[in-house]
Amino acid sequence: MTARTMAKALNEGLRKAMEDDPKVLIMGEDVGKLGGVFRVTDGLQKDFGEDRVIDTPLAESGIIGTAVGLAMRGYRPVCEIQFDGFVFPGFDQIVSQVAKMYNRSAGLVKMPITIRIPFGGGIGAVEHHSESPEAYFAHTAGLKVVACSNPSDAYWMIQQSISSDDPVIFFEPKRRYHAAKSEIDPEPYPLHQARVVRPGRDVTLLAYGPMVAMALESAAAAAEDGQELEVIDLRSISPLDMPTVLESVGRTGRLIVVHEAPHSFGVGAEIAARVQEQAFYSLEAPVLRVSGFDTPYPPSRLENEWLPNIDRILDAVDQSLGY
Amino acid sequence: MTEHVRAVHPEPDMVQLLTPEGQRVEHPDYPLEITDDEIAALYRDLVLVRRIDTEAIALQRQGELGLWASLLGQEAAQVGAGRALKKHDMAFPTYREHGVAWCRDVDPLALLGLFRGTNLGGFSPHEHNFNNYTIVIGAQTLHAAGYAMGVVRDGAVGTGDPERDTAVLAFFGDGASSQGDVNESFVFAAAGNLPVVFFCQNNQWAISEPVTTQSRVPLYKRASGFGFPGMRIDGNDVLASLAVTRKALNDARNAQGPTLIEAFTYRMNPHTTNDDTRRYRLGSEAETWKLKDPIARVKAYLLREANVGTEFFAELEQESKKLAEHVRAGCRALPNPTPESVFQNVYVDAPDELLKQRGEFVDFVSSIEEVNA
Ligand SMILES: Cc1ncc(C[n+]2csc(CCOP(=O)(O)OP(=O)(O)O)c2C)c(N)n1
Repeated sequence: MTARTMAKALNEGLRKAMEDDPKVLIMGEDVGKLGGVFRVTDGLQKDFGEDRVIDTPLAESGIIGTAVGLAMRGYRPVCEIQFDGFVFPGFDQIVSQVAKMYNRSAGLVKMPITIRIPFGGGIGAVEHHSESPEAYFAHTAGLKVVACSNPSDAYWMIQQSISSDDPVIFFEPKRRYHAAKSEIDPEPYPLHQARVVRPGRDVTLLAYGPMVAMALESAAAAAEDGQELEVIDLRSISPLDMPTVLESVGRTGRLIVVHEAPHSFGVGAEIAARVQEQAFYSLEAPVLRVSGFDTPYPPSRLENEWLPNIDRILDAVDQSLGY
Repeated sequence: MTEHVRAVHPEPDMVQLLTPEGQRVEHPDYPLEITDDEIAALYRDLVLVRRIDTEAIALQRQGELGLWASLLGQEAAQVGAGRALKKHDMAFPTYREHGVAWCRDVDPLALLGLFRGTNLGGFSPHEHNFNNYTIVIGAQTLHAAGYAMGVVRDGAVGTGDPERDTAVLAFFGDGASSQGDVNESFVFAAAGNLPVVFFCQNNQWAISEPVTTQSRVPLYKRASGFGFPGMRIDGNDVLASLAVTRKALNDARNAQGPTLIEAFTYRMNPHTTNDDTRRYRLGSEAETWKLKDPIARVKAYLLREANVGTEFFAELEQESKKLAEHVRAGCRALPNPTPESVFQNVYVDAPDELLKQRGEFVDFVSSIEEVNA
């Protein structure tokens, strides 16, 4: 296999899923001829036809709501939301219908729907194009929430999500779409398992999506100062793979969670709560969060400062080691 | 899917008062009394608005703007509608209504911050009765309906007092017409007989999706199902846009309720500076629409029929150059947002926790500035 970008890996993963299962459909705005605004569905309509790669009318509630009906009819819809900030017109359908149909029907109706959302900032975009809404979904029972961080995971995780009988909110870090190319692993890794992507013994950095690359860069920088940071790619936000996290914290005694989403009531808060519940005596320092701030996403000229970056992560490392 | 094509509706008539060749034509329902000087003034608007657009595209190419949504081809629809408004009427734009902003006396520089990434809009909707741009498509149509509900409650419709009676003008695109919000705004407007005019610029494309993806019927026909009048105008004809919008706004002010206007036009440029039209439409389409250019027809009229001297065009060229300079220099001079500003206006009454975060952020930014210095 050759190295490819994350956008290309997703494209190939979608193609494979469509080849493997004729019930898989792609639906969204501009996913056809345009191939999506990020070109993730490039060429799929040409090869699978307009019946399977559907340019929908412009209505996110409509996209998700009709996906529910299609799922009831035995299809596996993969919905593309054009940008993170535009999932909200479809939020009602996701939270009240997609998430609850299985439960409401006493387990008789499954919702094998994948909702792909390009998320996060760092691309100099205008308002509503840089949000990190993962916590809203993770807070909703019935939804699984994952985020890929590299091409190989993107390739495998999208296929695993599509074949999941539970609905999956699939977050794609848009700033990584056309970043580094890499090879695809020959075998998939379990969808809901976290992965240690850089071993270390001093402090654990936990990240997902776009922040994994940032955490790795921070660890490389810290290594020059003799600090050995362990980096975990969480991969699955709901459910959380606590054993991997706890094993790491058991060794390092220090944990920093990094996410672009605002500080409060987020994934970091949940992890901090669980770690203090489950590993209180392993902790050498409080669990820290490096995150966006509790403000609306800023105008793009300030986003690089507002977003977690190496400086802010290394500050937190020093703080953690200072306890 | 394309093989199950359904009933084809013949292209409906549209209101046109100035042909692409620059001929004045009459329409029985929309008599327009307008002087040549007034037409010349509209021409000036069209030319200057296009200039703003041209400059903004250039600024984007030079890296001064992150993005720009061009209005090329839609100047007439916007200027006609914009000039039909009275000062105390209210307009709710999308992200493309630079021409309407111009008619509302909004400094073009006020529009650039959003696209440059220095602010999120940041002007008062009340100053010029022009709302901040709304990016979530369709959302503003409900705001317009709600604003119109307020107008009704304030007794500012149907009094016969031209200084008091107020209308609201809501802009949206053909793509947005599929959103729940837009359809809900129609329902609310009809239910409350609201003084709102829905102005849909059908520029044929929603990014890569043709209007046929959104609707089996001409968009203006949707209005009848909601219980109010709808009509299609030649969206490249500034006179038609002016006359029809003026009438609809008058009806709204006179407590006659909502109207839907579909301005049939064309997005000559890519959706935004990020878009690539070659993937989804033929270049020949734009070539055809070029023949219906909204500015050329007014110029043809002025040159042929009106008593407008060459100095008018020369002066306008000078004015246009000055405006371009204002846009270019002003854009580069737009102040960068301060770190504090991100924490301003999140709440009216900011919680202490946020103020603490602000302190951390400000310290952090100044620490990197020191390192960089
Ligand atoms: C709710 C929502 N979904 C998706 C988008 C992304 N988007 C921005 S503009 C656009 C197309 C809008 O087309 P149309 O309404 O015809 O207006 P035009 O841009 O052609 O003026 C889309 C899909 C958005 N801004 N808001």
